[in-house]
Amino acid sequence: MLTDKDRIFTNLYGVHDWGLQGARARGDWDGTKEILARGRDAIVDEIKASGLRGRGGAGFPTGLKWSFMPKQSDGRPHYLVVNADESEPGTCKDRDILRNDPHKLVEGCLIASFAMGANAAYIYVRGEFYNEAQRLQAAIDQAYEAGLIGKNACGSGWDFDCYVHRGAGAYICGEETALIESLEGKKGMPRLKPPFPAASGLYGCPSTVNNVESIAVAPTIMRRGAAWFSALGRQGNTGTKLFCISGHVNKPCNVEEELGIPLRELIETYAGGVRGGWDNLLAVIPGGSSVPMIPKSICDDVLMDFDSLRAVRSGLGTAAVIVMDKSTDLIKAIARLAQFYKHESCGQCTPCREGTGWMMRVMNRMVEGRAELAEIDTLEQVTRQIEGHTICALGDAAAWPIQGLIRHFRPVIEERIAAYKAGKPMQMAAE
Amino acid sequence: MAKVTVDGIEVEVPNGSSVLQACEAAGIEIPRFCYHERLSVAGNCRMCMVEIEKAPPKPHASCAFPVNDGMVVHTDTPMVRAARRAAMEFLLINHPLDCPICDQGGECDLQDQAVAYGKDGSRYAENKRAVKDKNIGPLVQTVMTRCIHCTRCIRFITEVAGVPDLGATARGENMEVGTYVQKALGSELSGNLIDLCPVGALTSKPYAFTARPWELRKTDSVDVLDAVGCNIRVDTRGPEVLRILPRLNEDVNEEWLGDKSRFSIDGLKRRRVDTPWVKRDGTLQKATWPAAFAAIAAKLKGVAGARIGAIAGDLCDAESMLALKDLMASLGSQNLDCRQDGAKLDAARRDFYVFNSSIAGIEEADAILIVGSDPRHEAPVLNARIRKRFVAGNIPVGVIGPTGDLTYKTQHLGDTPSVLAALIAGSLPFAEVLKAAKKPMIILGQGALVGIDGAAVLAACWQLAATVGALSAEWHGFNVLHTAAARVGALDLGFLPGPGGKDLAGMLGGGVDVLWLLGADEFDTSKIGANTFVVYQGHHGDAGAARADVILPGAAYTEKNGTYVNTEGRVQRGQLAVYPPGEAREDWKILRAFSEVAGHPLPYDDLAALRARLEQVNPVFARVGFLPRFACTDQTAPVGNPTLASTTPFPLAVANYYKTDQISRASPTMTICTETYVTPKLAAAE
Repeated sequence: MLTDKDRIFTNLYGVHDWGLQGARARGDWDGTKEILARGRDAIVDEIKASGLRGRGGAGFPTGLKWSFMPKQSDGRPHYLVVNADESEPGTCKDRDILRNDPHKLVEGCLIASFAMGANAAYIYVRGEFYNEAQRLQAAIDQAYEAGLIGKNACGSGWDFDCYVHRGAGAYICGEETALIESLEGKKGMPRLKPPFPAASGLYGCPSTVNNVESIAVAPTIMRRGAAWFSALGRQGNTGTKLFCISGHVNKPCNVEEELGIPLRELIETYAGGVRGGWDNLLAVIPGGSSVPMIPKSICDDVLMDFDSLRAVRSGLGTAAVIVMDKSTDLIKAIARLAQFYKHESCGQCTPCREGTGWMMRVMNRMVEGRAELAEIDTLEQVTRQIEGHTICALGDAAAWPIQGLIRHFRPVIEERIAAYKAGKPMQMAAE
Repeated sequence: MAKVTVDGIEVEVPNGSSVLQACEAAGIEIPRFCYHERLSVAGNCRMCMVEIEKAPPKPHASCAFPVNDGMVVHTDTPMVRAARRAAMEFLLINHPLDCPICDQGGECDLQDQAVAYGKDGSRYAENKRAVKDKNIGPLVQTVMTRCIHCTRCIRFITEVAGVPDLGATARGENMEVGTYVQKALGSELSGNLIDLCPVGALTSKPYAFTARPWELRKTDSVDVLDAVGCNIRVDTRGPEVLRILPRLNEDVNEEWLGDKSRFSIDGLKRRRVDTPWVKRDGTLQKATWPAAFAAIAAKLKGVAGARIGAIAGDLCDAESMLALKDLMASLGSQNLDCRQDGAKLDAARRDFYVFNSSIAGIEEADAILIVGSDPRHEAPVLNARIRKRFVAGNIPVGVIGPTGDLTYKTQHLGDTPSVLAALIAGSLPFAEVLKAAKKPMIILGQGALVGIDGAAVLAACWQLAATVGALSAEWHGFNVLHTAAARVGALDLGFLPGPGGKDLAGMLGGGVDVLWLLGADEFDTSKIGANTFVVYQGHHGDAGAARADVILPGAAYTEKNGTYVNTEGRVQRGQLAVYPPGEAREDWKILRAFSEVAGHPLPYDDLAALRARLEQVNPVFARVGFLPRFACTDQTAPVGNPTLASTTPFPLAVANYYKTDQISRASPTMTICTETYVTPKLAAAE
């Protein structure tokens, strides 16, 4: 269990002052100039050594990502783009950082930008986060006023500008290249890769897109050292992570914990346990709506980190734990997710554009049981035809929840179909 | 170069190529919908999937995957086959499958690839999507339910045509291609969308429900409705021309075609003269060929050669112009002219009147000056080439004269000839731009040459070209852009006033007693002297026929084997696709037959002999299709005093792109286009 001295987000719940004074009292902006003075390579090496993996869902090593940026500019400017388009159902961690600890992010932007030779950072905030964007802008204004960013940021000699851009509320704009397109003023549609953003990203210039949490933890890692960070968590899954626990728990919450904490411990310690007790648990979606669900049998002893969850064919994703107790109509829950992905598909490439609608329609029928048994296999095949065939990962994200349902709860679907055929449609949960 | 192995076949392709290009180099067909070699890569149809060794173990879109040296590609593995079947299944679930009533049927990529790569049944049991059709103008019909969202149309209209009128609205399943606010596409190249659309979402409005592709006879030919000489395919059924499609020619039109050239064909069936007419008692009456010939021969008797004249029109083939020239010579006439617009062209040397840099050469130019021309409306396909160059290199383009939006960024230098003088003197900054360029191009339009100081403008442009280094042993940057398909051929043949001969203006107002108009309608026929006996030989009842005393029905360009020389000086041949209607005959045959009646039989009895005579008159006619690049070997300027006094703005050579000649003026489709684009009526408020 994480001790208080090891917490990074010490104002996660907004009980202290979010502003510059409060942030400084919590240790932010302390010795930033000295951190920058260590040089670009030292910063990247420190982040690499910390083992920090991207907190946006994919878990790509952050230091490695930064090191992809060209060492020397070829005349094009470099950019840091921060992905604050937090739209994954179940996830609400970046929001708390934006409104309660915005200076961690701003300082992180400066350090990360310096480490990749960028003089400007764009923070793309989800359109619905109006108040959060205001708060973030206020924090940036404070930092400018204090000379922490802007010309000669923190007296380091490095010029750095930070811009906030509000999105328009499309889930797909959280995909890094769609986010870049949207930032450029175009329709948010993912780009083909290669070229990767590090070669040609925002306005055709080398860019790196990072999640809010990945950037916000960077200053603390720099201050306390990679050894401290990598001592937390497990091998290959180091450090702390914000978990968002929602659903059928007694006390839904956001909490910072070490990676690798057992799921059961996480839920019982922080969220007051599953409604009606652990035995009332049916399944958990451990990483935001995009990852396959895991049934209680797995939940009993699974560890919450990238590799452990991958081993049980799910994923850590954004670490948004959605808990479902035995009152849940799982088919209906997943059908609702299918509807979400159908609504949010950008429409660019064929499998996702056509497949998400197909899956949603079949899922909607399966909620009633109005389907054939053979259609379960067809549906499973359709998810396989989408997964891995699309330009971005939205196709995968749409396919996985359904795969998880069929993998673990196929008998439930079969039972529903049989009941419908027998003329005894099941009682459906109320909306 | 990168070595790539595709299904065991080793090929070398340039670095930066895509895997799809490597597969094509290896001779392996890759199915695709969104990929088009002349458009940017979208990678959205997911049909061109292949398996690549050492890449992540999933199918990859080959159109968007760059090659690496030593890459090993498999295009026929179970994974690839499954991926293609999957993409095909997804494309078809919301496609209406209304092939029996779809105009694309028989030439549909979706049909063909469904047969080749799809599966035999659908597992989709839900309702299909239906999308409201959009009205995007009089030429392109939309059936949006059939759209597979490949975005080729969006990319073409944005990238090639330079008119970003189309886009996608909404997302996911509900994504629709359209203009957002309903409007007609503002491009002269919009017809190409029909060819590009891989399904039946965009089809030809005038051709709707007319024919199936397998009913059509296809004849290769050359377009004559502008001077670019686009290569076309004429599709016919029985005696009717049903449609015209572009044919690939990298040097001329790539694979594009202007809307006028594509859609004017309904003009070929209207206002045609299909029988000889002779004026008797003040009115034109139907006559037989012998009677018509006899009437002309009777009139010619006793008329001195100097009182006989001939004017060649804008759509004439070289063969008939030569036959007419030879006929006039045998009658003792030197009064010939082909410049109906009065352009002061100098035929002393060929490089004074052709597009010397060549159309493909535009892609090498690094600065362009357009003088008195609106290439977008005078030669839309050529304008697309300039835009292609502009997009590739962002080169400076200067314009003198009143032009609208040319679809690329231009620097407007002024409207009058005096700007040229300033450029020669170097007092305008653009002069430095041209001088700094390695391959500067000067494009001189007909609008610049029709004024009273046309000869001076021509000489001044030459002088400017010489000053900025456009005339060198490696590069010829002096270009004349013509608007008439027949013009360069006529100049090559010397269809101009001979020694002491009269030009067009001299022949009007009673300058000659007998005037032979070979398809000549583009001048003010009311200026022909009241007592002049006019013979009109042509295919449409246009201005010339209205003034004629005898009308001889000729053949339109789809109805004869003819040689045309485009603005570059490229000799190309059109072929007979259908026979001329009624009594109408191929034009050179009419002239040959009449020469017999006139008592001066022309010395050729068949097309081969006539073409031999063409080569004898000017050896360039021996070089069909192929055009070598010529450098400038002689910097001697055209005659004409390059001092420019005039401050009259250059006029526009083409006032209405959709109506420039007999055929397009007779075309109802072009009338609708004119009403839509040129003289739009204000829509009533809702």
